[in-house]
Amino acid sequence: MTDAVLGDTLPHDVTTFDKGYLGDGHTLGSWLFTTDHKRIAILYAVTITIFFFIGGIAIALVRIELVTPAQDFVTADEYNRLFTLHGIVMVWFFLVPSIPTTFGNFLLPMMIGARDLAFPKLNLFSWYLTIIGGALTIYMLLAGGVDTGWTFYTPYSSIYSNSHVIAAAMAVFVAGFGTIATGVNFITTIHTMRAPGMTWFRLPLFVWAMYTVSVVIVLATPVLAMTLLLMTLERFFGVPIFNPNEGGDPLLFQHLFWFYSHPAVYIMILPAMGVVSEVIPCFARRRLFGYDFMVYALIAISVIGFFVWGHHMFVSGQSAYANLVFSFLSFIVAVPSAIKVFNWTATLYRGQITYESPMLYSFGFVGLFTIGGLTGLFLASIPIDIHATDTYFVIAHFHYVMVGGTVSAFFAALHFWWPKITGRMYPEAWARFAAILMFFGFNFTFFPQFIMGWAGMPRRYGSYPPEFQIYHVLSSAGAAVLAIAYLMPLAYLTWSLRWGRRAPDNPWRATGLEWQTSSPPPTHNFEKLPIVENEPYDYHPRGYVDQEHEAAGTAESPQKGGEQQ
Amino acid sequence: MSRATTHSAEEAALREPWEDIARQRQAVEMGMWAFLASEILFFTGIFAGYTIYRSTYPEAFWVAGGHTSLFYGGTNTAILLVSSAAMGIVPSAARWPSLGSFARTMLWVAALLGIAFLVLKGFEYAEDFDEHLFPGPDFEIHERGAQLFFAFYWCVTAIHAIHLIIGIGLVARLAIAGARDPRWFSQTPAVQATALYWGLVDVIWTIVFVILYLPGRGS
Repeated sequence: MTDAVLGDTLPHDVTTFDKGYLGDGHTLGSWLFTTDHKRIAILYAVTITIFFFIGGIAIALVRIELVTPAQDFVTADEYNRLFTLHGIVMVWFFLVPSIPTTFGNFLLPMMIGARDLAFPKLNLFSWYLTIIGGALTIYMLLAGGVDTGWTFYTPYSSIYSNSHVIAAAMAVFVAGFGTIATGVNFITTIHTMRAPGMTWFRLPLFVWAMYTVSVVIVLATPVLAMTLLLMTLERFFGVPIFNPNEGGDPLLFQHLFWFYSHPAVYIMILPAMGVVSEVIPCFARRRLFGYDFMVYALIAISVIGFFVWGHHMFVSGQSAYANLVFSFLSFIVAVPSAIKVFNWTATLYRGQITYESPMLYSFGFVGLFTIGGLTGLFLASIPIDIHATDTYFVIAHFHYVMVGGTVSAFFAALHFWWPKITGRMYPEAWARFAAILMFFGFNFTFFPQFIMGWAGMPRRYGSYPPEFQIYHVLSSAGAAVLAIAYLMPLAYLTWSLRWGRRAPDNPWRATGLEWQTSSPPPTHNFEKLPIVENEPYDYHPRGYVDQEHEAAGTAESPQKGGEQQ
Repeated sequence: MSRATTHSAEEAALREPWEDIARQRQAVEMGMWAFLASEILFFTGIFAGYTIYRSTYPEAFWVAGGHTSLFYGGTNTAILLVSSAAMGIVPSAARWPSLGSFARTMLWVAALLGIAFLVLKGFEYAEDFDEHLFPGPDFEIHERGAQLFFAFYWCVTAIHAIHLIIGIGLVARLAIAGARDPRWFSQTPAVQATALYWGLVDVIWTIVFVILYLPGRGS
């Protein structure tokens, strides 16, 4: 304890990695062979950050090409390889693992009052699978890349493409088993390791999000694995699975691919919803509005999400009846998503809202996710989708959900739990500036894409008619702003590791078990395992507020208005 | 057995972060079932493809099915079912210290039957190659769609064989580690988990047998 006292008196000392789990070994081996879920979370965070910037550089080159209508910066073939690299890396090596493997890994055991995940070695193994998949991706990149698009459509991928399809497919295959292992681990942990009193309906929404996302991961990812394996076997051994020359059906590939890849969208967004459900109640000092329905909405999204994949194939020639059913179900899946948006908004009502950076990122999430979701309804409608298929309208739509939604929530989580993870506070003013810049940069980049997509600009082309140039220039300029907004946290968060103020155990006065332990937490999370007696998000007394009592309470400690206890 | 022995056996089988063996066992079983669900979806991908093509080319699949070897397929099915029977005894037997070595013998029986399966499968593959049943320009059957049947034949059986090889590895590992530390063996949830995995490999084969070897038989 003298150490802690010393640390507090010297806020600018250099001993950042001396406390809690961070102090438990400083060798490379202590990280690479760790089974501590918190350290594995850090390993994942470093990995996906590297891949985020690889995917980012690829798309930066694409945006440079698109500044002029002519194909003049890279060749058409290089252009294909760049956007494919961007897609593969961002989907499977950033977005899918992003929140579950980092914050899920770090927080899930602490939020339910456990010492670790159920299978710590499996957890480490899953990181190594991700690394092997990542290494294959790097190999694929250095060998010359892939030009199929991230969707690997057959028969182009299985027969005609002259790029490194097998390396890319195997990279995704291996990394997929990494996420399946994580999913199995989370499901088991949540079922068997909750602390006494932590009933299912006391679980923080983030844990519920991890649970539903794990189920989707476990049930959807293997179908992708099989699909890519069959495509690879067809390419390597010439066995005709999807080859139309032998009577095979390329549409079968698309069905199997989207059976995974549409639920994959929910794999990306459900954890983000979990994060926002933690942040908004905390900075509004309100109980989460409609907790039960938030849970049911997560479950409904994850179940219905399995049955909407056909909306990616409205123009593929599948039957009109299939189109009708998939269209209907795609409208239905918007209902639970809307419930969530309304409930986050209702949580703010009569809240004592403060605008710390995690809250700003969360507001960004709610707004951008809403736009992404509403334009999703356009695309669920068959006549509109036929007009907008394969245009920038679709690109803008899913970037609003995945980047505006998931990446905003990722940064919300990063700032919200940064003090817990590192034991240091980040510079708040810089963080707020970055959050606002990210919001503007994002809209600057992607809003013009809605307009040009609606006007007919198709996706995946390096050259285009000159009338679209204004939108592309706007979009590329926005991407530059967005790049700065992404680099800023990298700079000031790294800075805070050494010079940041020491974080108290619970800087946001948040509820949740992870805030009851020290910052950074000890290796086994809790000195004494907690017993849960409170409802979740217990930010203020339930029911009508006793005016007299509250006035007295406020007078006593003006800083604690509306807090728990 | 005395309470002290049970206790030390439980300690030998207990792993981080668990505090009691019953809970650990529950978790390992649950995790294994979740993984098996994932595996079933993995195979569902290929079975779904098979089903769609079979409904598109019913006659070609009928003709092509007649070219598979019922002898090898049938024998291998029998072998795997017997191996599963041997494996079925293991989880219960392993819990009794006096039956520990019996349980380990049953593990070896299952593993050897698994190897026998693979050997027979190798002979079958060789015969299939000789009969030009690998899809390609000189493919034996000329009916449109027959190549698709054999594309599935090769992919499904190869992927199943890989699962079986992993299964044999897990079973052998369990038998060897169990012989080294019989106390651990009597309590570890790895026994149940391995048996579950073996069961899955067997069940998948049963489906494979029905869809690949039985079409084209009878009138």
